[in-house]
Amino acid sequence: MKIAEIVSIANGKVICGEEQLNTDLTHAFSSDLLSDVLTINRTGILLITGVANLQTIRTAEMAEVSCILLVRNKRANQEMIDLARDNSLVIIESPISMFSASGRLYQHGIQPLY
Amino acid sequence: MKDMKFEYPLEGGDFIKAGYASSSLKKILNQLNLDPDLVRRIAVATYEAEVNVVAHAFRGIMKVLVSPERILIRVEDEGPGIPDIGKAMQEGYSTASDRVREMGFGAGMGLSNIKKNTDKLEIHSELNKGTVLEMTTLIKG
Repeated sequence: MKIAEIVSIANGKVICGEEQLNTDLTHAFSSDLLSDVLTINRTGILLITGVANLQTIRTAEMAEVSCILLVRNKRANQEMIDLARDNSLVIIESPISMFSASGRLYQHGIQPLY
Repeated sequence: MKDMKFEYPLEGGDFIKAGYASSSLKKILNQLNLDPDLVRRIAVATYEAEVNVVAHAFRGIMKVLVSPERILIRVEDEGPGIPDIGKAMQEGYSTASDRVREMGFGAGMGLSNIKKNTDKLEIHSELNKGTVLEMTTLIKG
């Protein structure tokens, strides 16, 4: 699924990485535990999370996550956006819950990791 | 390829800078034409170690030695030390503060994840002095 479609399904807003809206993603992982994100064994995924701090971006950088969907109106601050841009990461902000985002995307064919 | 050495200072409690050393190292390793999966495993392991220093210690240093056969990383810190390394290696055991947990860490998964992502992990710790982690990753091929 193209990132642009993820944005639309999640009623989201693209905060950075607009140039990658045509990138295709197949898998997602939902977690508020960054330690858990660091154990995933697939790169290029969508991370759905309610944790919005600089370490969310660092974790995505190390684990090679491609796109971060911040749910339930969590906001990316400027430092997060700058770091995400440095690492060609897409950040999307969405008002819907993690459960809702996961459910809708799953229904549209995004696959779980486990 | 000649041996290469890198050092990165680490600051306890500084969650803004946490990850900077691992990020810098990852960028260097990516330029050395190493297997991308190996680079990712090292990045995850060093980042876990860096977060541990930031979460638990006063300060530390990450020393990296890249040689043709292996990448050796030593993370030394000045801090409280680990009273029971066996316990600390158990998944789910953690002494992290609420602040660390609120950031999304402190689940007691760090050391076991470091072990999973490296070929060899050695931990030496002295109470009220500090901890040394030595991680070895073999370069195959």
